Amino acid sequence: MSRRRAAQEPRWVRWSLTAIGLVFLFAFLGLPLAAVFVEALAQGWSAYVAALAEPEARAAVGLSIGIALAALPLNILFGVAAAWAVAKFDFRGKSLLVTLIDLPFAVSPVVAGLIFILLFGVNGVFGAWLTAHEIKVIFAVPGMVLATLFITFPFVARELIPLMQSQGKDEEEAAISLGASGWQMFWRVTLPNIKWGLLYGVILANARALGEFGAVSVVSGHIRGETNTLPLHVEILYNEYNQVGAFAAASVLALLALLTLVAKTVVEWRMQKEMAMLNAELPPEKTA
Amino acid sequence: MSAPHSPPRVLPGLGLGLGYALVYLSLIVLIPLGALILKSSELGLHGILDIATGERALAALRVTFGASLAAAAINGVFGLIVAWMLVRYDFPGKRLVDSLVDLPFALPTAVAGITLATLYAGNGWIGRWLEPLGLKVAYTPLGIVVALTFIGLPFVVRTLQPVIEDIEPEVEEAAATLGASRWQTFVRILFPAIFPALLTGFSLAFARALGEYGSVIFIAGNLPLVSEITPLLIISKLEQYDLLGATALAVVMLAISFVLLLAINLLQWWAANRHRGSVVEGARP
Amino acid sequence: MSRFNQFLSGLLLATAATLAQAEVSLLNVSYDVARDVYKDYNPLFQKFWKAKTGEEVTLKQSHGGSTKQVRAVADGLEADVVTMNQANDVEFLAEKGLVAKDWNRKFPNNASPYTSAMVFIVRKGNPKSIRDWGDLAKDGVQVILPHPKNTGNGRNSYLSAWAWALKQPGGSDQGAQAFVGRLLKNAPLFAAGGRDATTTFMQRRIGDVLLTFECEAELIAREFGKGEFEVVYPSLTLQTEFPVALVDKVVDKKGTRKLAQAYLDYLWSPEGQENAARNYLRPRSAELLKKYAAQFPAVKTFTVDDVFGGPAKAFATHFKDGGSFDQIYVSK
Repeated sequence: MSRRRAAQEPRWVRWSLTAIGLVFLFAFLGLPLAAVFVEALAQGWSAYVAALAEPEARAAVGLSIGIALAALPLNILFGVAAAWAVAKFDFRGKSLLVTLIDLPFAVSPVVAGLIFILLFGVNGVFGAWLTAHEIKVIFAVPGMVLATLFITFPFVARELIPLMQSQGKDEEEAAISLGASGWQMFWRVTLPNIKWGLLYGVILANARALGEFGAVSVVSGHIRGETNTLPLHVEILYNEYNQVGAFAAASVLALLALLTLVAKTVVEWRMQKEMAMLNAELPPEKTA
Repeated sequence: MSAPHSPPRVLPGLGLGLGYALVYLSLIVLIPLGALILKSSELGLHGILDIATGERALAALRVTFGASLAAAAINGVFGLIVAWMLVRYDFPGKRLVDSLVDLPFALPTAVAGITLATLYAGNGWIGRWLEPLGLKVAYTPLGIVVALTFIGLPFVVRTLQPVIEDIEPEVEEAAATLGASRWQTFVRILFPAIFPALLTGFSLAFARALGEYGSVIFIAGNLPLVSEITPLLIISKLEQYDLLGATALAVVMLAISFVLLLAINLLQWWAANRHRGSVVEGARP
Repeated sequence: MSRFNQFLSGLLLATAATLAQAEVSLLNVSYDVARDVYKDYNPLFQKFWKAKTGEEVTLKQSHGGSTKQVRAVADGLEADVVTMNQANDVEFLAEKGLVAKDWNRKFPNNASPYTSAMVFIVRKGNPKSIRDWGDLAKDGVQVILPHPKNTGNGRNSYLSAWAWALKQPGGSDQGAQAFVGRLLKNAPLFAAGGRDATTTFMQRRIGDVLLTFECEAELIAREFGKGEFEVVYPSLTLQTEFPVALVDKVVDKKGTRKLAQAYLDYLWSPEGQENAARNYLRPRSAELLKKYAAQFPAVKTFTVDDVFGGPAKAFATHFKDGGSFDQIYVSK
């Protein structure tokens, strides 16, 4: 991805901006991350491994990953659809729509859990019906997926909207006027263009889905080994004075966040390969 | 506005995209929020306002919105620097730094709060340097700002990154050959291109900060009228089995957030359109 | 991959109608620091039940903040039994009709199989010589406690201080409120919960005294070392109860009443009582209290019923919005 630039900032600007950025990240992200690992490894490596090998911890990891995997596809689909409509077309109430998409972020996670209790709790809107049919939504996995969907709802859409807006629609229009079908245009033009934004959105939504505590906590029921996600497990361990266990579990979540590194590297690598193939077939001129 | 010469709506997919988006939005967001508003309406407007305008509730709203705004502003400035640095500059360990940015989302908020409180307490790694300077962070409103900055950071960086990556170098090169200084290029060309995304990132970080509870309570100190946030008052209502009171506070926060976000989004929309217009004019000689 | 399959099948199971379970299972919804108690207790009961009836029983545990837990039960979490650390939480379930109105007479000892007491934890050597509640309101003393309005732990400390002030010569409710107000002014922060208060006091070294349950002192020693602090028993303190109850609505629906009743009854058996003592909770059995005397020094206690006219009344007077706690902070 390294692009040669005729226009660059002077060296001292580059260096000082990098220094500021790194110091900021070090203070706000690096130190907390280090602190988590220091706590997790306070009693040595074997205590760390033992804490993670506990069946309840393993069940919690499985449940967390499962919920994230269940929530992601729906939100990706929504994000692309919404961003397409918002960024490429003009219609009334667009800002209203975007604001409604943002709204789940402003809702306190506890309230986010609460609203699903209001809907699906025994005294909730659908409570009587659900009880009559013996369907469990809250205090079971479906409710936790719903809460996660709500919490991670805006990510993909919000990541894509500004990107697609800044790209405009010239390329897509060109594709259509050259006779491409809607899907061809989407797969060949739009998707390659938004790939990075999409990736960031997915990564963010995934990280947030894994780490969410407040909303999931309200609808989970906290049944050990059944409806305890990793963050809930962390809380319980911490309250029980099992500091090493709590921070060991938290460090797993931090490591899952570092998967960004892997995902991004893989995408970059594949893109480079594609580019190489393209360049071999086509004349090197790339038009904007 | 972006391409006035082309006929409107050549592109397909508006119906499909918008339709799906609206249905899904209704199912996951609007109906649940509707249930919340419905529940709180049992109190009537008067009842809701009574709860929201008590001395403690007002103080909490001030702390919540003030700290969220401050944190979003800090993230706006530093997030821009970080995003720029990650896209444009090369330095050793860049990938690792890049992947670190998502950490605040994956770390459960409580762990973030506990860790930050430990770091910024008087004997913590950071607090021990700040406290001799007379700067108390943990258990003050400043601590709330720190926690909210932490949890909101990925928004600004991750919203800006793809947009900065997308800027065509030709425009900058052209500006440079035409004799513009780097600073002029930044102010006239780069910043307007980035600004809409920056606003988006800012508004997302702001929104997220408003609702945040898990990390804040561990570092705030939670003293009434001083360092109490609105989500804590919502929990306090729930601890009294007062579901109605909790929904009332939640709805008030929701309404204020909605208005603020709508204003930011309108501003963002205006900036994006203005920028797109100017680039189209500028880029096509 | 098997985890994911497990998750999928869980999803299906939960979405589909819940089938009548082949094996007998019991869900115990409990407060958040009870894990050790019930982790040790459950195998004891399983053995007892197997010997008595030949049945294998699966025991499921749910732990969380006490009030949050009972709200979940009221909203449909199917708990057969609740084992809480606040009487007003069980009261709430009684109001909702899930638990018998006279739940606290369905079992001995106010339906609380074990108790604890609120104590002071001070720094090694007690440098500020803190002996009693009165010392906490003195100038220059910093008190660490969890939020007195939002957490059970904090509420217990608040009520203890209030009752002590009330019992002083010439004590009145007004004087008690003023005293508690002075005490709370000495709190540089209100911690998010019991565990957070401990971390603040022990790890971040903030404050001169930590208010907490007697049983937590042992957990603190386990985490931070015994020599790091001292436990001070004030002249009068609250005997905290840990009420248990059958959730009638659920056990009748699931047909688990007999099992659930036996599960709770067994808490009063010698084995159940000894298990509590081993987990640093004061057993009701006088014999065991004597056996574990070193662990449980004699202390003068009161109950919420004695001084405050019951948990519901105490809660309404002090911790509801506009109650005595709010009056301390809000001018009007």
